[in-house]
Amino acid sequence: MIRLQDITKIYPMGNRELTVLWGITLNIEKGESVAIMGPSGSGKTTLLNLVGCLDTPTSGSYYLENSEVSRLSSGELAKIRGQKIGFVFQTFNLLPRLSALANVELGMRYCGGGDHHQALEALASVGLSDRANHRPSELSGGEQQRVAIARALVKSPPLILADEPTGNLDSRAGEEVISILTSLRSEQGVTLVMVTHDNNVAHHCQRIIHIKDGQVVMEESV
Amino acid sequence: MKKWLDPLATAWLGISTHKLRSSLTILGIVIGIASVITLMSIGKGATAQILSNIQSMGANLITISGGASSGYGGVRSAGGSTQTLTMEDAEAIAEQVSNVSAVAPSSSSNLQLVVGSNNTNSQVTGTTPEYMSVNNLKLASGAFFSEQEYERGAKVAVLGSSVAETLFGSANPIGQQMRMGTIIVTVTGVLESKGAGFNSPDDAVYIPLTALQQTVAQPRTAQGDRIVSSITLTVSDQAQTQNVIDAITNLLRTRHRLGVGVADDFNIMSVEELVSTLSTVTGTLTLLLGAIAGISLLVGGIGVMNIMLVSVIERRREIGILKALGATERDIWGQFLIEAAFLTFSGGIIGIIVGWGVALVIDLTGLMTTVVSADIVVLAVSVSVGIGLFFGFYPAWQASRLNPIEALRSE
Repeated sequence: MIRLQDITKIYPMGNRELTVLWGITLNIEKGESVAIMGPSGSGKTTLLNLVGCLDTPTSGSYYLENSEVSRLSSGELAKIRGQKIGFVFQTFNLLPRLSALANVELGMRYCGGGDHHQALEALASVGLSDRANHRPSELSGGEQQRVAIARALVKSPPLILADEPTGNLDSRAGEEVISILTSLRSEQGVTLVMVTHDNNVAHHCQRIIHIKDGQVVMEESV
Repeated sequence: MKKWLDPLATAWLGISTHKLRSSLTILGIVIGIASVITLMSIGKGATAQILSNIQSMGANLITISGGASSGYGGVRSAGGSTQTLTMEDAEAIAEQVSNVSAVAPSSSSNLQLVVGSNNTNSQVTGTTPEYMSVNNLKLASGAFFSEQEYERGAKVAVLGSSVAETLFGSANPIGQQMRMGTIIVTVTGVLESKGAGFNSPDDAVYIPLTALQQTVAQPRTAQGDRIVSSITLTVSDQAQTQNVIDAITNLLRTRHRLGVGVADDFNIMSVEELVSTLSTVTGTLTLLLGAIAGISLLVGGIGVMNIMLVSVIERRREIGILKALGATERDIWGQFLIEAAFLTFSGGIIGIIVGWGVALVIDLTGLMTTVVSADIVVLAVSVSVGIGLFFGFYPAWQASRLNPIEALRSE
């Protein structure tokens, strides 16, 4: 599913350069769930952005479903994001002026579109059918994150990426969100990659990859 | 929802979220478009009024006056200063030029008119009975002088409405006598008022040319021809106006024995020509008015750009989200462009309604005539949308170029 070969990422910082990733090689199988852990500034979010085609590596190769995507144009990357990748963010990133349903519908817009019913189904699958017409500000943090998950899964992407999905939630809501995400994997065969600080959350995944200073320092299977 | 409606719906959301800001932006465009429409309608109205004034003299009228002509742009010696036109010229035109329906030679003199204690100075025109139909004059009461009265030099006069009022007040002037220069004339008719305007007949007095000669001696040429100051005539077929002018020019040049290379010693002016000249002038004026109003439209457009730039900065996070969901640069660019065009388009529509309303109110007050024509409306709408696209282009481009990671990170 995901094959990273010797990926480096260097950001220009004024006239110096900041190397965030120092040659990461990583394989993630289809249907696998992987947690990426590491201290702040270790490069785990940068890695997730690369995997999510939001960014391109400075060097190295990235194969997504066996096709090289590390040298694609921004337009081609956008298309891949639209069709293959669902994002879940720490801060939910819902559009505040849209209803939950409209936010979910937004998830289908850039992959050929879909209808109302698909969006309602996605909301139902995260247990929020009765909240369809509420705005994000009228929902709890856990509910907002579930709307965000519905938005990510509504287009049935093969890959879901979550960046600290429980970071802004209390533990009960966090549990709920994690169980939804992991059940997606077990029920629909979605590949799940999440970045987290939380050991408990990470242990819901099949594999944990520890990153430090831009390098993979340890992998453990759960 | 239909897919092609999505960008429109998103644009609407973007606009409706900041209602006050969007309204103020739209207001700038409304003022611009409304002033363009109002000012151009005033220009068009003025044009229409001037043209109808002139055409009320008769659209098929041709006036020949004596004196050297030097065409457009040159220094012209005082018109009529050289007395070259004669009664015989007028008769020759009537007999020899085709497509001419009526010819009326005339001579004018400034004479004092006295009725009781009222007196005034007026331009008295001595002419033939054809003058009335040639110049499209309408009688309010009484009659114009007849062929017989002309033949025997009857001392009768037809008064313009202003002159009649000055001399007779509210009394009926028909049948009354008045002193004109050295003779006493009887009023037989009063003209309808045509309103102040170009060469208004309201201030004129018409008498038979034969009667005028009894108080003002008619000069003669060396050949003994009777000199007149001008000849007016009507063309029976308006399409032939230029041919008639050419034929008259040839005839008069022959009659006046003007050799090749010698300038005409007369001046021919057709109302048609006058109308086309004036149309050009007023058309330019209308455009000028439109351009002045266009400046406010430009300011409105800059307002749109300003708001769109602010909006792009404010909505960085939203742009980041959309990009993460798979929006391409083109999608984002299109969305912001549509938003800008939507602002200016709705501003344009409201502006048309407001401008039209103001033009209508101005028209109703009677101060000015205004004409709102379809071309102004089409122009206004396309200009407003064009402004949206033009001034929205850069902000939309900026939005599309945002790095999704940085955009997502922004608050």
